[in-house]
Amino acid sequence: MSAPTPEPIAMSQSDHASNQVASEPVTDLWGLAAQFTTPAAIYDAASKVRSAGYRWFDCHVPFPVHGLDKAMGVQYTILPVIVFFGGMTGTMLAIFLQVFTNSLELNLWAIVPVVGYQFEVSGKPLISAPAFVPVMFELTVLLSALTTVGGMLFLNKLPCLYHPILKSRKMKRITDDRFVLVIEAADPQFSRSKTEAFLESLDPERIVELEA
Amino acid sequence: MTTLPIEHPIDELSDDPRERAPLILDHDDFASVTADILRCNEAKKPPKAWYVAFVLSFSMLSMLGVLIGYLIFTGVGVWGNNNPAMWGFPIVNFVFWVGIGHAGTLISAILFLFRQKWRTSINRFAEAMTIFAVICAGLFPGIHIGRVWLAYWLFPIPNQMDMWPQFRSPLLWDVFAVGTYFTVSLLFWYVGMIPDLATMRDRATNKIKAIAYGFFALGWRGSMRHWHRYERAYLLLAALATPLVLSVHSVVSFDFAVSQLPGWHTTIFPPYFVAGAIFSGFAMVLSLAIPARELWGLKDFITMRHLENMCKIVLLTGSMVGYAYAMEFFIAWYSGEVYESFAFINRAFGQYAWAYWIMVSCNVICPQLFWFKAIRRNVWVMFIITLFVNLGMWFERFVITVTSLANDFLPSSWGWFEPTWVDVLTFVGSFGLFMTLFLLFIRFLPILAIAEIKGVMPAADPHAHHDHDEEGQP
Repeated sequence: MSAPTPEPIAMSQSDHASNQVASEPVTDLWGLAAQFTTPAAIYDAASKVRSAGYRWFDCHVPFPVHGLDKAMGVQYTILPVIVFFGGMTGTMLAIFLQVFTNSLELNLWAIVPVVGYQFEVSGKPLISAPAFVPVMFELTVLLSALTTVGGMLFLNKLPCLYHPILKSRKMKRITDDRFVLVIEAADPQFSRSKTEAFLESLDPERIVELEA
Repeated sequence: MTTLPIEHPIDELSDDPRERAPLILDHDDFASVTADILRCNEAKKPPKAWYVAFVLSFSMLSMLGVLIGYLIFTGVGVWGNNNPAMWGFPIVNFVFWVGIGHAGTLISAILFLFRQKWRTSINRFAEAMTIFAVICAGLFPGIHIGRVWLAYWLFPIPNQMDMWPQFRSPLLWDVFAVGTYFTVSLLFWYVGMIPDLATMRDRATNKIKAIAYGFFALGWRGSMRHWHRYERAYLLLAALATPLVLSVHSVVSFDFAVSQLPGWHTTIFPPYFVAGAIFSGFAMVLSLAIPARELWGLKDFITMRHLENMCKIVLLTGSMVGYAYAMEFFIAWYSGEVYESFAFINRAFGQYAWAYWIMVSCNVICPQLFWFKAIRRNVWVMFIITLFVNLGMWFERFVITVTSLANDFLPSSWGWFEPTWVDVLTFVGSFGLFMTLFLLFIRFLPILAIAEIKGVMPAADPHAHHDHDEEGQP
């Protein structure tokens, strides 16, 4: 990689074009963030951080960088499995709903009558399986979609009201054009000076200490 | 905002398969993409044309509100619906608006599964269009039921009458199909927007914006561990929405096809309706995209190439619709069924022949002009053709609904449907609802999928400017 060209950073005056850690050290350190300018740089950095044995690290990027999750060693998500069961629940619900509302007639313990609304149409059976297919399909899709979104948010622990990354004013360009690798202080291998030196060796645009 | 000059001219319209056309023009870096897409959202004031359009749309929306009030207080007699034409404008408008929505889902889901990367420039506002169109569509059956305050009878809700909806009726399937379609489209649209809302939150210049966008961005921070699940979720939603979009208009067509009326009781309806829906939807996407890219300065993102691709889809689906019209006639004759044959001869030469020929000229003849490259690249001609297509598709629904109802089996029970001024103005008002929502959307929400567009730029490839042999296997 070519030498890093310091670019003017719009967000922060105090940290202008600095490759150094801010002068006042953060007391309540949550993690160290190394900021990069290209997807290639963060891809390389992530593989190196992983080979160096760090586990509590993450990359924050404006768009999903292709292959970065593999380079980071992210385990494949269980989401599709959850969605499958969500979808099956929808199918069952649809069958139950239609059979119950259109045909059911039973007396619970011979006391409580549970009756659906039985309505004869052109002599067709009350449980007309072919006619029930569209609603079964729709509810399967509906519950799958709700599970997909709910499951994704749940696994990602979103909505997230507070996070050190969101707190830091210097991290605002993550959603624009910067690629940030964060090693958390919680990592067993983490040491403030060593990790910082290691991140410095990855040739980042700058390094930022994140306050918890 | 900086844009790097591109050294050699790139022809985004080149048909040479050896060089891939660039999906966006004149943007080499991510920051300029963000800034340019959000320029109009972040500007203090939108362009003047926006205000003009908004005032116009909002007055139409207000008119819609007044007319619905008039309808509720007076009764459905204010419409032209009669016996035998029980389904007049409300159902025609319902089918029209649901159809419009289909292009949005096709772009966001089906083109996504087919890895058509050019979709990234148009999917966001096409999805928005879907949602607003489905809102307009949902309005009409709601007010068509007469006693609006009993609309909840459509849903299986336990009640003191011990009554349940009739699940063997296609009208109830429709409730589920349209309800699911709306929900899934909304989820798809919203999930796609979360990263872009986070971008807007981080660029917000005042507290109110930061809180509002921050609330809906759910604390998104671009974590790759999140992106991993997010991408899976997005793919799953696309895979779910694909059969859904094909099913919705099929179910809408069941409203007609499951009944016994000549001209309705045909098996061709589901595919024919779906093709027509995509046809009208793409026409509407074009009608919206052409002014929006002009007004919002998005010509680098929605390039002529994008418009040309959409024209090709309009041409394809228009031809499918034309084929379906011809096939209906053939089957009517081939079946030897006297009522069926009459229904079609009556459509083309009966009392509603004018509507039929408006439909044929707008839907079958008009899009054939897109065979010519010069027309596919002329925004004015394109815009006019898409307006005609929308008109034609509305008339298609009118022809199907009204001709079959007005002239069914017994000549003694034939009738004549004529819309009243309330019918016409309610339909016009629904455009006010649609346009008002759309204008609010382009003002306050990211009109293009910023994160997705960045992902398809050449600069987004992590291996683009890098030689791995030097550094070893990553």
